[in-house]
Amino acid sequence: MTSVLTNLFDGVAYGMLLFVLACGLAVTLGLMNFVNLAHGAFAMTGGYVCAVLVNQSGWPFFAALPLAFVSSAAIGAVLERLLYRHLYTRSHLDQVLFSVGLVFMSVASVDYIMGSSRVFIKLPAALEGQIDFFGVGIGRYRLMIIVICGLLTAVLQLILARTRFGSRLRAAVDDPRAASGLGINVPQVFAFTFAFGCGLAGLGGALSAEILGLDPYFPLKFMIYFLIVVTVGGSSSMTGPFLASLLLGIADVAGKYYVPKMGPFVIYTLMIVILLWRPNGLFGRQAAR
Amino acid sequence: MNAQAEVGRSAIREGRWHFGEIAFWILVLACAFAFPSRYLIMADIVRLALFALSLDLILGYAGIVSLGHAAFFGVGAYGAGLMALHGVVTEPVLALIAAGLVAAVLGFLTSFLVIRGADLTRLMVTLGIALLLEALAERFSDITGGTDGLQGIEMQPILGLFAFDMFGKVGLFYSLSVLFILFLLARRVVHSPFGLSLRAIKNNPLRAAAIGVPVNRRLIAIYTLAAFYAGIAGALFTQTTALASLDVFAFERSADLMLVLVIGGTGYLYGGLIGAVVFRMLQEIFSTITPQYWQFWIGLVLVVIVLIGRQRMHRWVLWAPNLIIRQIGGRKAVVAIPESDA
Repeated sequence: MTSVLTNLFDGVAYGMLLFVLACGLAVTLGLMNFVNLAHGAFAMTGGYVCAVLVNQSGWPFFAALPLAFVSSAAIGAVLERLLYRHLYTRSHLDQVLFSVGLVFMSVASVDYIMGSSRVFIKLPAALEGQIDFFGVGIGRYRLMIIVICGLLTAVLQLILARTRFGSRLRAAVDDPRAASGLGINVPQVFAFTFAFGCGLAGLGGALSAEILGLDPYFPLKFMIYFLIVVTVGGSSSMTGPFLASLLLGIADVAGKYYVPKMGPFVIYTLMIVILLWRPNGLFGRQAAR
Repeated sequence: MNAQAEVGRSAIREGRWHFGEIAFWILVLACAFAFPSRYLIMADIVRLALFALSLDLILGYAGIVSLGHAAFFGVGAYGAGLMALHGVVTEPVLALIAAGLVAAVLGFLTSFLVIRGADLTRLMVTLGIALLLEALAERFSDITGGTDGLQGIEMQPILGLFAFDMFGKVGLFYSLSVLFILFLLARRVVHSPFGLSLRAIKNNPLRAAAIGVPVNRRLIAIYTLAAFYAGIAGALFTQTTALASLDVFAFERSADLMLVLVIGGTGYLYGGLIGAVVFRMLQEIFSTITPQYWQFWIGLVLVVIVLIGRQRMHRWVLWAPNLIIRQIGGRKAVVAIPESDA
């Protein structure tokens, strides 16, 4: 019984992590309809920035996390202004080719700079070990992830639903022409959202080094997971991808624990079945553009 | 004259063999004889060309974007490998066709998944199928050899006459003949009324359906055919290299394939062949500059191609040849790549 609860807890932590990693993609892919397969590259950037700061410069872990966010967001903003914005109106094939090219470049350059072996981030002692909670073993690190990611999710939902920026974004996504007619600077809104999503991915990358493992092939290995979160979750709100990532996280952890032989088989089958059953995602509606 | 007869006449004119095409194949054959020390790399290019031809059938003619075409390549590769290993079908040509048919069956079954949904769903489903097969091949490692791959494949002589030699001469001419025969078939298919209806579907599925084209059935047919081609490419890979390992399903293989086709251009069949040559040459150059990190340059090429725009790039490439052709043959003889915006 307790192992079930521990697995459930790990699954939730994993799912939360996936959500932070993928929610930027939920906006670019789900709402702006841009197939960005290179999203994982931004996550990897954040992870490596954090690893270098903590391991080599001796920064405390919690001080390095914001910097992981900032650096990924900055790179995202620069790339968006320089490259991505030219491709919003292009065909999906062009977008796929472009972002696959970016993935290849990021994989090779990280391999060149950092080496191809897996990188670990030194964690503060307070985050190691487990807490015994009514007989259920709870990892401290995973608990922290749930807290951070849970807070982030709530804040994101509030920003989207309550702030002026959130309503501008929703307007820009629903109908870019009408929105720009109303005086909303649509390219600016998109650029900012894109950069913010990349930053979140970077933060997720830094947090996930411990759980998912960080090596140069990160963007390729987890690309499918991010895509699953977005396509299965649909794009009508933040709740869809959130529930989808929880589902994916729990299913993946449980699958690996109870049927280790089947490996990722369960996840892929589930994804294909869901996509056939509801092409717009479990919780989705038709994308606006 | 009514419109239908006019369409027919123009289709027949398009379907005729041009002088340039004949020259292309003569050049290919000349290359095969001219570089006896390069058989292995040339056989590799031929296999890649066949694989790209297969993707061109669905991407260039039917407009289906696939991120998991390696699935069929892998099935063909393992199919041929297992048949040779267990002595089910020992004659290579028969085994080739059998492996292609296995891939075609898989293509037929998965086509029902692919025709549902729009671009994005298709991307995900094709990618998912390839990953699923990779996971399966890893899971059933007692059959597939797992990460070690199939080992100890020994090929029988082709048609009982030509034994595979270690320099790859037989392998090259075998692959080349297979490519040529399948190319002829593909050429016939795309210039047939069936091929024309595919182009109509690609341009506008709704309109195609409105004029009475059975959209889904046509897509299923071409997807199955493309799977057959990819399966044969995979089987050729196993037969000429005596290898089949998990990386036949890898995502990189599907992604590289896209690049091949994009370099060559889609929708006129020769794109895959030209692209395969250019891609392998690029790969050679890059890996001599930076052995471990050639992927970086491949990625850069992709990004640059997309940013310049595929159409514009092809216009640039064709500018010089067209200038010359125009001097000799007059205005009409210009080489043009058909609209290829998938």
